[in-house]
Amino acid sequence: MNASLKRVVAIARKEFLHIIHDPRSLVVIFVLPIFQLTMFGYALNMEIKNVDLAVLDYSRSPISWQLVQTFEGSPFFHVQYFDGQPDELERLFLQRKARAALIIHPDFGRDFHRQPATPVQLIIDAVDPNAATLIRNYSLQVIAEFNRRFGGEIRLPFDVEKAIWFNPDLKSAYFFVPGLLALILIMLCTLLTSVTITREKEMGTMEQILVSPVKPREIIIGKVIPYIVISMTIGVLILSIGIVLFGVPFRGSYVLLALFSSIYIITALSMGLMISTIARTQQVAMMMAQIATLLPTIILSGFIFPLSSMPRPLQWVSNIIPAKYYLKIVRGIMLKGNTFSQLIEPAGVLLVMTLLLFLIARRRFSMHLEG
Amino acid sequence: MNISVQTRNLTRRFGRFTAVDRVTLDVYEGEIFGFLGANGAGKTTLIRMLTGLLKPTEGEAQVAGFDVWGQSEAIKRRIGYMSQRFSLYEDLTAEENLTFYGGIYGLRRDQIEQRKAILFEHVGLQPFAGQMTRDLPLGFKQRLALACALLHDPPIVFLDEPTSGVDPKARRSFWNLIYQTAQLGKTLFVTTHFMDEAEYCHRVGIMHMGRMIAVGPPGQLKRQYDKSTMQEVFIALHQSSEEAA
Ligand SMILES: Nc1ncnc2c1ncn2[C@@H]1O[C@H](COP(=O)(O)OP(=O)(O)OP(=O)(O)O)[C@@H](O)[C@H]1O
Ligand SMILES: [Mg+2]
Repeated sequence: MNASLKRVVAIARKEFLHIIHDPRSLVVIFVLPIFQLTMFGYALNMEIKNVDLAVLDYSRSPISWQLVQTFEGSPFFHVQYFDGQPDELERLFLQRKARAALIIHPDFGRDFHRQPATPVQLIIDAVDPNAATLIRNYSLQVIAEFNRRFGGEIRLPFDVEKAIWFNPDLKSAYFFVPGLLALILIMLCTLLTSVTITREKEMGTMEQILVSPVKPREIIIGKVIPYIVISMTIGVLILSIGIVLFGVPFRGSYVLLALFSSIYIITALSMGLMISTIARTQQVAMMMAQIATLLPTIILSGFIFPLSSMPRPLQWVSNIIPAKYYLKIVRGIMLKGNTFSQLIEPAGVLLVMTLLLFLIARRRFSMHLEG
Repeated sequence: MNISVQTRNLTRRFGRFTAVDRVTLDVYEGEIFGFLGANGAGKTTLIRMLTGLLKPTEGEAQVAGFDVWGQSEAIKRRIGYMSQRFSLYEDLTAEENLTFYGGIYGLRRDQIEQRKAILFEHVGLQPFAGQMTRDLPLGFKQRLALACALLHDPPIVFLDEPTSGVDPKARRSFWNLIYQTAQLGKTLFVTTHFMDEAEYCHRVGIMHMGRMIAVGPPGQLKRQYDKSTMQEVFIALHQSSEEAA
């Protein structure tokens, strides 16, 4: 083993020792993401299952009663009759007593047997656009079911503009498992890297290392190896839980995902390195890591809010969010079974971003260490 | 005698403030060189330049025959350093700390084991090898720091206030250790605030506001200034420098 390798190994080994000696860090690293994932999973599932639906049935006919019964019978809706006027619905939405309303017009019973397409009105509280999309799709399912049984044709007063592929019933787990994978990987890696380096500066131990013949490059490699291993392990855990517990499919290649995930992990490590050259204390590093990863990834990666429904400037900003590309890759591989050639574009962008970020961070780090 | 550390007009400025001002100094091989000065005199800054942690602004310096400007790589392999602030890993055991430093100096596994045994013996820490560093009393932490600085068997060792914060008994035994280390043929460069410690040194340098105002063996300095202790020498020098300034 040459001296350089020995130094890298010594640093990596020490980094593992820090983690092993501090059980709290293990809890934060492993238990928290899993907790987040399961909580997220069940919270989302519950929310979507019991949507309060206010029903304004002005028809009061047997057939309208059947329609309401079909909604009632669906696990997604919880039906409540509402006696007020349509303009009082706003109050209902504001008070969160209902998230959608079904308005059945007085002529519904008569028209149902005469007209080829009888309209009912569905109003959805779109404060949460994703939930609104889900509710709309569930309503369409319920109505399709009703039509199958009673032979009418109800047209909701809006069009379904595009069919949703790959995730026809918009199962939320399909969305949040890749999203959480992207979020947790970048958050954890950036945080751990920036904190571990900043801690050495804060405690004065960095100085003790720097009087030895260690080179900046060896410090970087030695320090990140343990976190690459940890991140990979956590990635595997999240995926396993997603697949086993939430039934998310995995249609593509594991090797491909591992490859692209490594690039993404290096992005996060570079961000952490960059932060460590700016922050003087662990506290500041933690804050910076969180600001750099948490909100941008949640809001601007397409994880929760569809990017296409965002204002232009935000869409533009989203182009520099690494998670956006990684998310495309993960969804592509898991849900669509994409191959390497189909993912060249997001992978290319991610790779270029990572290289740039890494080179800048490395340069800054080396200069930073020289007094 | 061979020269271990040589500086010529070594200067370091932070912005417009001059922390080390044209210091010229020779430290000989095998000597315990004491380095005195009030808070902020520039002792740590000078050591940081000699150990390659800080680039000088001007001037020349050679450590172990290598130039600080271009050969810091070679210097680093030949020096040990114990910083003013305790800077080992509190959450690692004493032994793990030593193993780590062995590793970053590129020692082989068997070399590390061998050196560890020798050094635990040398600094008297065998019973505490497996203890968490944070649980050691400060005096023992300082011995451990010395052991780490000596692990790769460097010919020159810089100790920046190695005895600050411990009781006189612990200071006394640490100085015994410094003597024993010098007997191994090493050059020791030791800063201190304690004038009684200055008496133990072969030679001392007194620094004031970035400048080296006196250098020589304690006995000679006492005769030169007609004082009976280094304490008095230091105060006299300090006063005359203040007046000159
Ligand atoms: N990185 C820095 N930036 C700006 N000023 C600095 C820096 N490092 C040291 N100084 C200043 O240089 C002067 C000398 O500091 P130095 O630490 O060398 O003193 P010292 O003799 O070691 O003091 P002490 O006995 O307190 O350790 C001080 O006034 C200090 O504030
Ligand atoms: Mg100092």
